Amino acid sequence: MTTPDINNINNISSAEQTSAATPVGAPDVLLRAQAVSKYYGSEQENSVLVLDDITLDLRNDEFIALLGPSGSGKSTLLRILAGLVTPSRGEVLLHGAPLEGANPNVAIVFQNFALYPWLTVLENVELGLLAKELAPKEREQRALQAIDLIGLDGFESAYPRELSGGMKQRVGFARALVVEPEILFLDEPFSALDVLVAENLRHELLDLWLARKIPTRTILMVTHNINEAVQMADRLLVFGANPGRIRVELPGLPRDQRSQPGATSIREQLADTVYRIMTNPKADAQSLLPGVAPLRPPTPSPAPVPLPARVYQTLPHVSLDELAGFVERLYTLGGREDLYELARDLQMEADDLLPLAEAANLLGFADLDAGDVVLTNVGQRFAEADILEKKVIFRQQAQVGISILRQIVQDVAASPEHRLSEDTLLAALEHSFSVDEARRQLDTAIDWGRYAELFAYDDDAGEFYLED
Amino acid sequence: MSQIHTPVAPSISRRQQAAAIASTRWADALVIIALIAVAYGVVVAASRWVAPLTPGTHIDLSPRALPLYAGLSTMRMALAYLLSLAFTLVYARIAATNRRAERVMVPLLDILQSIPILSFLPGVVLALVALFPHNNIGLELAAILLIFTSQAWNMTFSFYHSLLVIPKELREAATIYRLNVWRRFIKLELPFGQIPLIWNSMMSWAGGWFFLMAAEQFTLGSHSFQLPGLGSYLQTAANDGDVGALLLGLLALIIVIVLLDQLLWRPLIAWADRFKIEQTSSGQAPSSWVLRLLRRSTLVAWYDEHVYRPASERLDRFLSRAGGARLVAATTSASARMALGSTRAETANVKREGWRQALSAQRIVGTVIGVVALALCLLGTLAALRLIAQVPPAMWGTIAVSALATLLRTGVALAIGVAWTVPVGVAIGLNQRLAERAQPFVQMVASIPATALFPALLLVLLRLPGGLNIAAVALMLLGTQWYILFNVIAGAMAIPGDLREAAAIYQVRGWRRWRTLILPAIFPYLVTGMITATGGAWNASIVSEYVSFGNHTYSTVGLGALIAGSANNNDFALLLAATLAMAFVVVLLNRLVWRRMYRLAEDRFHLD
Repeated sequence: MTTPDINNINNISSAEQTSAATPVGAPDVLLRAQAVSKYYGSEQENSVLVLDDITLDLRNDEFIALLGPSGSGKSTLLRILAGLVTPSRGEVLLHGAPLEGANPNVAIVFQNFALYPWLTVLENVELGLLAKELAPKEREQRALQAIDLIGLDGFESAYPRELSGGMKQRVGFARALVVEPEILFLDEPFSALDVLVAENLRHELLDLWLARKIPTRTILMVTHNINEAVQMADRLLVFGANPGRIRVELPGLPRDQRSQPGATSIREQLADTVYRIMTNPKADAQSLLPGVAPLRPPTPSPAPVPLPARVYQTLPHVSLDELAGFVERLYTLGGREDLYELARDLQMEADDLLPLAEAANLLGFADLDAGDVVLTNVGQRFAEADILEKKVIFRQQAQVGISILRQIVQDVAASPEHRLSEDTLLAALEHSFSVDEARRQLDTAIDWGRYAELFAYDDDAGEFYLED
Repeated sequence: MSQIHTPVAPSISRRQQAAAIASTRWADALVIIALIAVAYGVVVAASRWVAPLTPGTHIDLSPRALPLYAGLSTMRMALAYLLSLAFTLVYARIAATNRRAERVMVPLLDILQSIPILSFLPGVVLALVALFPHNNIGLELAAILLIFTSQAWNMTFSFYHSLLVIPKELREAATIYRLNVWRRFIKLELPFGQIPLIWNSMMSWAGGWFFLMAAEQFTLGSHSFQLPGLGSYLQTAANDGDVGALLLGLLALIIVIVLLDQLLWRPLIAWADRFKIEQTSSGQAPSSWVLRLLRRSTLVAWYDEHVYRPASERLDRFLSRAGGARLVAATTSASARMALGSTRAETANVKREGWRQALSAQRIVGTVIGVVALALCLLGTLAALRLIAQVPPAMWGTIAVSALATLLRTGVALAIGVAWTVPVGVAIGLNQRLAERAQPFVQMVASIPATALFPALLLVLLRLPGGLNIAAVALMLLGTQWYILFNVIAGAMAIPGDLREAAAIYQVRGWRRWRTLILPAIFPYLVTGMITATGGAWNASIVSEYVSFGNHTYSTVGLGALIAGSANNNDFALLLAATLAMAFVVVLLNRLVWRRMYRLAEDRFHLD
């Protein structure tokens, strides 16, 4: 996987030097995010940073894919560029002019189609044209053309619920394309579809775009499917989370190589690289590029040392059954495995696997080492243990490694009658997390603490207590 | 069930085609007949309205008069409903889009909803009759206003709630495709809230009948404020002891209710099925023979193509250009902020526009309206306090005792209702075949307004020992038990099969089965039913604790009797005090008891 014999991959590191933005005033820049940040909460203190200082250009004739774990703000960035969400700092420039309100040059295809179920296919497509104030006849004409173009002929009078998922998304595409948008945004448009249906739709969209059958000049797609991004994009931006930022920008494959039958290995190499970067969220993305030997072992993962910014660690929201299954599978595979291989083995997306690896790491069951996940001694014992022994081991590890659980146990023990309201803790969590995330963090902590039998929890009263 | 809106396939056989054409002619004929009937009804009603005031209307008990009375009653209901609908759409939309208005409007609605409306009947009638001393409009308006207050709140709440839960992607699509406020309303918000709105409209109609019957047969001492209609017909028949006419009147009322159900609500529900947000077709879609008829009618199709569509297109253009544009400008800041799902985090950007906004016309108008409303409220409160100050201190004791008596009575009525409806409802609900047959029947019975039955029942009950004291409980029970039964059946039907199978496998039987499976499972439904039932019982107290019958007035101790009696004696101070006392007790009960029960039901006993 590290054979850097393909020219274009060799170029990655140099391409990386050019930032995601070109000089201001470049003629082919259609839309620009200028130093955009987004946070929730007040500006001064305790705000949760979703996007940190993003600068990105959408240029003429290019297809950009945004990749990254959930929570990395890629969907938020798309909505900021569309004018649906206002950035907290920075601005969006449309042809050099600041954008106010919804972006008039953008159409969006949504993940869950966002069709209006009470309108027919034709009426749904016409929806995009309403604001243009055309004569009804012309409006219908153009809508029918778009329906024709996207292969929905014969379904004009059907209601969305009569259609299959693929057909629904075709309506979504027709509604977006009928307005002849200069810029097309795709918000995970294929992720709710069956594999084959998605593959077909991707090809059709690319055909339309590359053959200039649609006047759209640039496309921005948010996705978590790496192969999809490799297959379609001219530029791939990999996002990192906490706070959301662009970790690395990779050039896509030349357009003629993307679907060539012989070029499978080239595609796989680029996919591998992206996967490697995504499964090593803490590593420096540069060191993971092929051709750049890992000079120094990435700093040994700072296991239970709490981050200075936050009082409590961020608990990954995984169920303990999943965690046990993960550890056991790792044990079966010999105790050391490339995260990427493991994801393939378990047929999981990187998004789903990473939280498990993080949880195993927090609890001291596994170390993360240069993209490998390595079972520790404790992790081995955990994998071998029976139900009750597992609990004992988990309990020990949780008390040592998880600061919030430690805190709860201390506070409950110190409180009168050994009962403690969750309110204080929740308030403390809300200093570091958004309100919803604070609740989720607490719920995960409660789940783990209950499993470890560190405390009991009364859901009606919202109180922790100790059982006799 | 294959749906009706799929166009007829071209490969249809000759015979089928012939049949289709025949049914189309039928459909057209029926549609024309219906149009003529409606036109006639409107003309008759209009001629009555401007007729000189006739407080002691003579009610004709002959069966031939019944269609007219039924028509007049229905007309009042329809007008009140249109008023409620208009109120709903405007109030809910403002509350959902304007955050500052929301903070006042939603709690206000909550309180309005808890107030027993009948306590305002005497005051409203007197005030409006005084306003229009020379013709019937005052009385008619009083009836309509009363029905409005019984219909509007739940509809408004439902639509408001719908507006809040529109999925984010649908809102974003509306924004990115630049729908203006008017189109957003017509294409997204109204359709999205349609189904709950229709169901709540049906509930509102049932409630409306209850109050219409009471309003039509309203008497204040020597004054009788009768409006010609089914309610006054029933009252007169009972007064005259004419059992035949009484039964005929009830039959007419039931026929009207069934007709409305078949001709209006069923078609509406079947039609609204397309507004379901779930994107797959599942389960059995509601159907209606009337809707199928209308969809086959060529007349309706012609109207749709040549009148309705062009007209709505023109209206859409007009509102989008003229009114719409201005409306957008006026409400953009508020509604766009909501539409974009933005948070307080944009304060930085908002601040930049702070000055411009502060000076905008919208701000100024809003502030003026707010100040005027506040001033009016203060003045009203002051006047009310001055009036209440006239109530002698000893009277407050009476009010407290009366409140207790009515509380007790509603409690007993509720307990009896629960005691018989739970076993019966569960028995029906657990037997699916029985439930399917019984549910529409129970729904029907529940929608017969108890106030229509009062005159008939009083004939019997007043002769029993205990008199009105017992009769009042029976009357309350009559109006409210159906809500509980209805909900219990629904709850029992919703118990998942696997839970019942698990109980059977582990031999959980008898009382234990009730305690571990049935009661917890139906609890949320039971609570919903009981909340509706107590509301009804408090309302019923005003017409059941104090009744004029024949030439006698009967009354018993209770808050309802106090309200009706004080109105009778023109004792406005006491009327106000007693009314407020009732509102206070009901709001208190809601806050302390029902809301907690409801939350408990939601948290712990929610099955999914």
